[in-house]
Amino acid sequence: MAVPEPYTGVTSSSPVRHHILSVLVENKAGVLARIAGLFARRGFNIYSLAVAPADDSQRFSRITIVVDAESAPLEQIRGQLNKLINVVEIKDLAPKEALERELLLATVEVDEETRQAVLDAVAQANAAIVDVNDTSVTLMLAGTPAACDALERQLEAFAQIELHRTGRVALPRLSSEPTRN
Amino acid sequence: MQLTGAQALIKSLEQMGVDTIFGLPGGAILPVYDPLIDSSIRHILVRHEQGAGHMAEGYAMATGRPGVAMVTSGPGATNIVTPIANAHMDSTPLVVITGQVPTANIGTDAFQECDITGITMGITKHNFLVTTAHEIPRAVAAAFYIATTGRPGPVLIDVPKDVTQAMMEWWWPETIEDLDLPGYHPESAIDGSLIAEAAALIAAAERPLLYVGGGVLKSRASAELLAFAERTNIPVVTTLMARGAFPDSHRLHLGMPGMHGMYAAVTAMQQSDLLITLGARFDDRVTGRLDGFAPHAKIIHADIDAAEFNKIRQADVAIRGQIKDTLLALDAATTHVGDIAPWWKTIDAWRDEFPLAYDPQDPAAQLRPQAIIEAIAARAKPGTIVTSGVGQHQMWAAQHWQYEIPGTWINSGGAGTMGFGVPAAIGAKAGHPDRTVWCIDGDGCFQMTAQELVTARAEGIPIKVAILNNAYLGMVRQWQEMFYEERYSEVYLSPDLPDYVMWAESMGCVGLRARTMEEAIAAIDLANTINDVPVVIDFRTDASEKVFPMVPSGATNDEILVHPSQRGA
Repeated sequence: MAVPEPYTGVTSSSPVRHHILSVLVENKAGVLARIAGLFARRGFNIYSLAVAPADDSQRFSRITIVVDAESAPLEQIRGQLNKLINVVEIKDLAPKEALERELLLATVEVDEETRQAVLDAVAQANAAIVDVNDTSVTLMLAGTPAACDALERQLEAFAQIELHRTGRVALPRLSSEPTRN
Repeated sequence: MQLTGAQALIKSLEQMGVDTIFGLPGGAILPVYDPLIDSSIRHILVRHEQGAGHMAEGYAMATGRPGVAMVTSGPGATNIVTPIANAHMDSTPLVVITGQVPTANIGTDAFQECDITGITMGITKHNFLVTTAHEIPRAVAAAFYIATTGRPGPVLIDVPKDVTQAMMEWWWPETIEDLDLPGYHPESAIDGSLIAEAAALIAAAERPLLYVGGGVLKSRASAELLAFAERTNIPVVTTLMARGAFPDSHRLHLGMPGMHGMYAAVTAMQQSDLLITLGARFDDRVTGRLDGFAPHAKIIHADIDAAEFNKIRQADVAIRGQIKDTLLALDAATTHVGDIAPWWKTIDAWRDEFPLAYDPQDPAAQLRPQAIIEAIAARAKPGTIVTSGVGQHQMWAAQHWQYEIPGTWINSGGAGTMGFGVPAAIGAKAGHPDRTVWCIDGDGCFQMTAQELVTARAEGIPIKVAILNNAYLGMVRQWQEMFYEERYSEVYLSPDLPDYVMWAESMGCVGLRARTMEEAIAAIDLANTINDVPVVIDFRTDASEKVFPMVPSGATNDEILVHPSQRGA
């Protein structure tokens, strides 16, 4: 059973009102520093940030930024971001209009007693085992931030070696109108 | 045609119509200084890179064309950081070229290496690190395009030494598309529905006010502003960055608003029910305490930079576009204005009761700085350009000189950079050799950048400098007197150390000194006859003189302090 989709935008990984900015940038040296620097000097808070090439030509990258919409008015964040010459396009998505996903990778120590419990947790969360050895299991979950939160809480019962999350990426829900462009 | 990167850089600057570069060579930029010898571009060799930056700013503010500065890597580049920050705050179009260590050495802590694109990321409109000689024409053309369009600002081009030494096949970007700036869309058409909304607000307003900022000058919209104001009879205030955008002598002009603004200008903003905000940004020096600023006013906010909307003050109507276009559209759409005769009656009463005031000059007493500025102004030709540093003298120069023409008042507004005045005057004069340029300076400011008078003398740039020498960091002294119980901390400078006359003369300038009004007039008259070398006049002024009106820091504009002689019992 999948965990229900969150609609409030409030999850344990971003506990206050957040907003998602999907920012298309020129894939040029220093562009991430420009964006991070802008957020730092203007006092805008970033909850998570994911970057990847946006097309085959390597000319553009897509940066998905989850911003704390209470640290500054969204209009200001968008307005200042838009002034960066390397920023090509900004789409903002309110949490309820967004289809958000992120990837969780975790390596958990297991023994004879805990192995089955870990496997149960994996199954329940619709996660997958991607690597194993005698003493540990590496699992992954591609899911909503809330599902990742829930699995993360469950895994706290076990001896974790490492847990990484990518930060989220998002697209507009097909069932709702895309927001301002 | 095969060129070196250095030749391509100079040729690109020529393509952009550059006639003057302010700079100072060094190791990493050395290759570029060779083809400069064969170029028609005039290079003005400064004595400190900060001077190059402020000269380029003065040039840009006086001419409206982008200022160009060129310096070497490392300390050359960091020395020009202050002017870049200054230009960023005041939206001055600047192209700054910095040498960089060879590409292979970047990141190795090489000699005179510094990450200048990293340092200036937050204080430039944009910057480039050019990595191939082929990219040089595009980088230069893009830098000028970015610096001068939309909201203007400084752009830095960092060029590694191996890039300027490499060969390239000359080409030139002929179109905007060739600049490869997919994310830059500086201009936008005016939204007619917003103009209609604004016109409706203007028609309904009883106490409208045109709040004019530096954007009016950047957009070259003074004529359109004058036409709109005269047709609607709406009063005008011009901020520190907009002095000269509307004639000071005009009956509709209430003067400068803000911390040291005219009483009528400050109070009209407070009482207004509609601020028609043109290229202004609700700076804290204008608004005073924000929660008490213009409490009854609806806001029309017109700016080329949409990020200014609702940043400080919520706008009722926000119009993005060139101020010139907005004014033309507003003028066409504004069919009528409410009855503002009662508003004018109120304003005129303020103007009559609280004009700009200072104690009259006592012939036996030390000079009043305000009287000096008025004496220089009275003897200045129309079109004379005034620059200043930052502090009391700056405020007096903004208050007591009548600015009638755009580009005649050049100062450091947003950044408040002491030492701006002398190099900015040199840059302004380099751009307008036919105009008289006076730098109204303070003794503290003068000591920060005076060495550029050597540049002025060597390059034949005869500016005139009036040092209002009160032997103090005067504005800090004023605050300590008024708000720190006269506990003066580290503000005394001495009137005689340095000896400004000897210093001026050692730099090849004419040095004069005035202690009385009679001497002052004689010195000004003499300075006005000297047109071949710079002149420096050391005016000994009264240190107790303070700038009024004044809105104390943290107070609302309703708590404005007028001159003591105007305060009732």
